[in-house]
Amino acid sequence: MSEVSYLKYEGKHKGLAGWLLSTDHKRIGVMYLAVMSIFFLTAVVFGFLMKLEMLTPGRTIMGPQVYNSLFTLHGVIMIFLFIIPGLPAVFGNFFLPIMLGAKDVAFPKINLLSWYFYIAGALMVLGSLLFGGGPIDTGWTFYVPYSLRTNTNVSFAVFAAFILGFSSILTGLNFITTIHRLRAPGMTWFKMPLFAWGLYSTSWIQLLATPILGITLLLIILERAFGVGIFDPALGGDPLLYQHMFWIYSHPAVYIMILPAMGLVSEIIPTFSKKNIFGYGPIAMSSLAIAFVGYLVWGHHMFSSGISDTSRAIFSLLTFLVAIPSGVKVFNWIATLYKGSIDLRPPLLFVLIFIIVFSIGGLTGLVLGSLNTDIHLTDTYFVVAHFHYVMFGGMGTLFFAALHYWFPKMFGKMYNEKVAMIGAWIFAIGFNVLYFPMFILGYLGMPRRYYDYLPEFRNWHLVSTIGSWIMVAGIFIIVINLLKGFFKKEMITDINPWGGTTLEWTVPTPPPVENFDEIPVITKGPYERMNNE
Amino acid sequence: MDSEIIIENKNTEHIYRDDVGSKMGMWLFLFTELILFGGMFILYASYRFMYSDNFRVAAMRLDTVVGTVNTILLLTSSLTAVLSLAAIQKKQKLFSMYLLGFTIVCGGAFLINKYFEWSTKIHHGFYPRGPEMANLSDGEVVFYGLYYVMTGLHALHVIVGMVFLTVMLVFVYKEKITFDNNQKLENAGLYWHLVDIIWIFLFPLFYLIH
Repeated sequence: MSEVSYLKYEGKHKGLAGWLLSTDHKRIGVMYLAVMSIFFLTAVVFGFLMKLEMLTPGRTIMGPQVYNSLFTLHGVIMIFLFIIPGLPAVFGNFFLPIMLGAKDVAFPKINLLSWYFYIAGALMVLGSLLFGGGPIDTGWTFYVPYSLRTNTNVSFAVFAAFILGFSSILTGLNFITTIHRLRAPGMTWFKMPLFAWGLYSTSWIQLLATPILGITLLLIILERAFGVGIFDPALGGDPLLYQHMFWIYSHPAVYIMILPAMGLVSEIIPTFSKKNIFGYGPIAMSSLAIAFVGYLVWGHHMFSSGISDTSRAIFSLLTFLVAIPSGVKVFNWIATLYKGSIDLRPPLLFVLIFIIVFSIGGLTGLVLGSLNTDIHLTDTYFVVAHFHYVMFGGMGTLFFAALHYWFPKMFGKMYNEKVAMIGAWIFAIGFNVLYFPMFILGYLGMPRRYYDYLPEFRNWHLVSTIGSWIMVAGIFIIVINLLKGFFKKEMITDINPWGGTTLEWTVPTPPPVENFDEIPVITKGPYERMNNE
Repeated sequence: MDSEIIIENKNTEHIYRDDVGSKMGMWLFLFTELILFGGMFILYASYRFMYSDNFRVAAMRLDTVVGTVNTILLLTSSLTAVLSLAAIQKKQKLFSMYLLGFTIVCGGAFLINKYFEWSTKIHHGFYPRGPEMANLSDGEVVFYGLYYVMTGLHALHVIVGMVFLTVMLVFVYKEKITFDNNQKLENAGLYWHLVDIIWIFLFPLFYLIH
């Protein structure tokens, strides 16, 4: 029975119900992927429309209210429905148990429950578009007091984010327990693949930071419904406390997004340079270090909000500290590539794009992390550019990398590699043409979140909008290519198309229902190769 | 961490059981609950610092007797919850069920008390947007806001805990929880202790510090 692939398996329920009621971690991962892709593409369209609006000064295709709703929804969907859950929910679910040599996660039913929470949250986000006061227009940060005053569907959208938080917490809880309890015999902590280390660090942040967001969002709802006065300045509340509470979660959240992505890089680079990873220990530990320090830097979002000089100096210092473990990772990756037998295939190309754009994003983060430059650049396009370089260039690019890396294993099909390479190049060029001018615009003083701008910014906005066309073309090529691969007739059965060394490359393609006939016994490190390999 | 994962073979169907993993999952969940309330405690601390005089005035209006009775109820129920686990481990099924029943009744009594306490406050006009609130200082308004949100959220947890314990009671009755398979009951007990411990902090912060 265990030889049947998870795609073909028919248990108690058949057809669609066999998917919707399945507690198989692989099916849940694929279901996340399906839903998430739709939301990702929707939010891409929103972003595309916003850039189109910025083509000319004044009104181009929409007015201010529509623009406000669009940037809010673009943010809410991208962040809460794609970037935060993306890698853990899709690839973590699918591959974590296999990489650990387990048959499933520790709590398969809770895993399915968290998918349903995700769907419920997603439907509520969509619902907030249709009912009541119209689409939310506060920005994804829901800052008070505006979020208490606007008549748009704030409570609805905020409750959606609350539900999504639940989904995220349950996934984190599941992964931590899985990693503690279900590693194959012989797999010590330091023989664990680095993707698992990334997920482990992320899961802790999901667990320890998300509840703070939960209670904060709940308070917005209560404040709007009953006027409890906790955040409303008219009733004695302090809006600054809202900002603190919001960023206590939302800053660590960016590490929720990036840590599994970084773990993925540590998987792909050894595979395609045919070499053991350089500096396993430091990479694993730097994930924990980023998770820990990242918890303590939220104040750098509030440098211009009037918090005390002492706290600003401390937050600035701590922010700079994050660069150290991040740098450790980048140097170790480069060192792994050095003198490796590099095979430039699509997953590696995406990873190299990531290293470059993420470095730009990281270094400009330091510009924002130092107090005096931040005063000049805060709430400008510079922040927007930085954010997209680290988040989209970071997690987004690596989501594509993960798809291209694990696609053959997940579906037993192969996409056209040449087209994938072309798509990746166009994506990379478009990305930089789109976002790099934003650094310049921000430096010149273009504020974020406006549908209009002064005529002198026109040329750079034009370049940026053209960039958005190129980038969307790249995404289009990538997506179509993957879909064509997915609907191909011929299956591949090669269990290890890339020459990877971790456990997912030892099981059949696509993996059988129970992953392993016999639980493997681990004797060597995850990336160690025999001499003839 | 070294205890075993049990895989039983019942009628060719694998029943997978990992008590340590299950307890670990529960503890992780309790962390999230602590931090959820932790967020409220941070807000409380900040506002107490900001409006210390107003908070003192507002706290005088709360009924210490009701608070004390509720504290005694919850502490007692925590004791009986842990005793019910001890009873089932000694194969005393009926006694364990009595103890669980008593725990649930204590939770119910707590909620009834809370109901009368809240309705008295509301009757006197002390609630958000209530008639008395306009006469109060900012700090007092915030105090009552926090009071309602924190004790309300706590009461919600009491209800969830009671549901949780009721399910356990049924499980003990149906012998799904037995002397050698009682991790679920322990987890429910852990949750109940969490409800208790949060109250132990709420009680002095709202009722005792004047």
